[in-house]
Amino acid sequence: MSLDQLYQQIILDHSKVRHGSGLAGVAAPEGAATGQSHQLNPVCGDEVTLRVAVEDGKVAQVSWDGEGCSISMASASVLSELAEGLSVAELHAVIDSFREVLRSRGKIHADPEVLGDAAAFEGVARYAARVKCAMISWVAAEDALNQAA
Amino acid sequence: MAVVTTPATLERALPAMDNAEVMRIRNDFPVLGQLVNGRPLVYLDSGATSQNPLSVIEAEQEFYEQRNAAVHRGAHFLAVEATEVFEDARQTVADFIGADYSETVWTSNATEGLNLVSYALSNAALWAAHGRGDARLQELAVGPGDQIVVTEMEHHANLIPWQELAFRTGATLRFIPIDDAGRLRMDLAAEILDSRTKVLAFTHASNVLGTINPVQELVALGRKAGALVVLDACQSAPHLPLDVKALDVDFAVFSGHKMLAPTGIGVLYGKQELLDALPPFLTGGSMITTVTMEQAEYLPAPQRFEAGTQRISQAVALAAAANYLTETGLDRVHRWESELGQRMVAGLENIPGVRVLGPAAGQERIGLAAFDVEGVHAHDVGQFLDSQGIAVRVGHHCAQPLHRRLGLTATTRASAYLYNTTDDVDAFLESVAGVRSYFRV
Repeated sequence: MSLDQLYQQIILDHSKVRHGSGLAGVAAPEGAATGQSHQLNPVCGDEVTLRVAVEDGKVAQVSWDGEGCSISMASASVLSELAEGLSVAELHAVIDSFREVLRSRGKIHADPEVLGDAAAFEGVARYAARVKCAMISWVAAEDALNQAA
Repeated sequence: MAVVTTPATLERALPAMDNAEVMRIRNDFPVLGQLVNGRPLVYLDSGATSQNPLSVIEAEQEFYEQRNAAVHRGAHFLAVEATEVFEDARQTVADFIGADYSETVWTSNATEGLNLVSYALSNAALWAAHGRGDARLQELAVGPGDQIVVTEMEHHANLIPWQELAFRTGATLRFIPIDDAGRLRMDLAAEILDSRTKVLAFTHASNVLGTINPVQELVALGRKAGALVVLDACQSAPHLPLDVKALDVDFAVFSGHKMLAPTGIGVLYGKQELLDALPPFLTGGSMITTVTMEQAEYLPAPQRFEAGTQRISQAVALAAAANYLTETGLDRVHRWESELGQRMVAGLENIPGVRVLGPAAGQERIGLAAFDVEGVHAHDVGQFLDSQGIAVRVGHHCAQPLHRRLGLTATTRASAYLYNTTDDVDAFLESVAGVRSYFRV
């Protein structure tokens, strides 16, 4: 497996654009239920603080701050873009699907219909040491969603 | 004074190491001959763990094939054989660091050695309070108002045990800061180390900066303050000639797996009178004289600190590793690795966007270099290098406070050993030079 299959263009792009990044500067929509989660990978120092705002059962906004490798930052960016507009149940389903693919050691393929741009992280599943990098913001989102419920 | 021919003087007669010799050395290390991601493995992570030569692997195998038994008990043939090679190994490793046999305590690794010393010191306070043990425990005991001093460049293993000792005893933990070039602020060290200081613990060589600390000056300051001096020799014992008596430290620790030996074995050196006076850390079988249902009396060092069945095959393998290094000559190894370290730093300094931690090119350092690549996280740097068969360490290298001091969370570290060639360093440098363009920064 080549390095380019891990670092797909979509990942490199998102690691720079960082959709949804900038937690402090963005207020949650008024009246929305919010949840916030901080996740840290002590091995490499990757860190994400992510807030989810839920309105009428739908994800209205995902904002985050973080520091880490391109995989972890791109993953948070893709997640933010993908999550907005989904129902809480739909986002939970997407997170479950993402986790299943990432933990499969490459045995389960990503369904672009379900995962959209996040399907680009399929290659990470082959790199056991990097799975946590891709998962960190998704774990934060799951935790934040549960708090907002 | 009689002139004694020591191995050190013999070493000087040998020519300096070169790539041709390293290529012969590499034949002794089966793991180095493989391809990784289609490229020859370039192993530059010996600062984390080193590889094993055949003589070490065979020593461990031979023990299991011919001598395996519990030591220090049983009257049968194998038990006697096992005890003999186990204790011979202790003598070999003692000689390797200039220690006496009974001052050389087996541990699992350096981390356990440091925890052992820190717990023995808080146990000393308990014993002294109950009038138990040696009268000297009164002065060794660490308590409220006392100071424990470390440095800002310590590995977590030589920081956290002292934080916890301070917590248990009410002592205060202080540290000697570093300057921007990664050297200890010796001017401040002289102020920090005062008569309240009971322990001074510092690393011989930094696992991140590559700095070699001025042990002699630090020991002098420690002596003046009346402190016990604890040396973390993890990055020195494997790489340069170490003489704990000449350095006059009270304790020293190192790990076998960083010096060509297997994991699970390490060494604590302690001055005899200190080891014999201190209470034990772990208690149980093999370290006692008389046991009743109420209490026990303990053996002197080293058995005093070796509770339970020991790591026998690993100790035997560690002795084989010490022999391998002694035969190659640690003076020569040190000079070769310094050359590799200088080559790394000089090369890295020439790559745009790369910042090397610690001493600049031309200044003394051991054979390692940690660095930051602007705009690319260390994890991505390591992944890129791995795709070309180059193994380096990424992260905080168990030194978070040091990284924070330098304004970083994670760096990439290349660390060499006696089996690395200048070609290894050049392949590494060429790869690092391609990192920023690959990640488009």
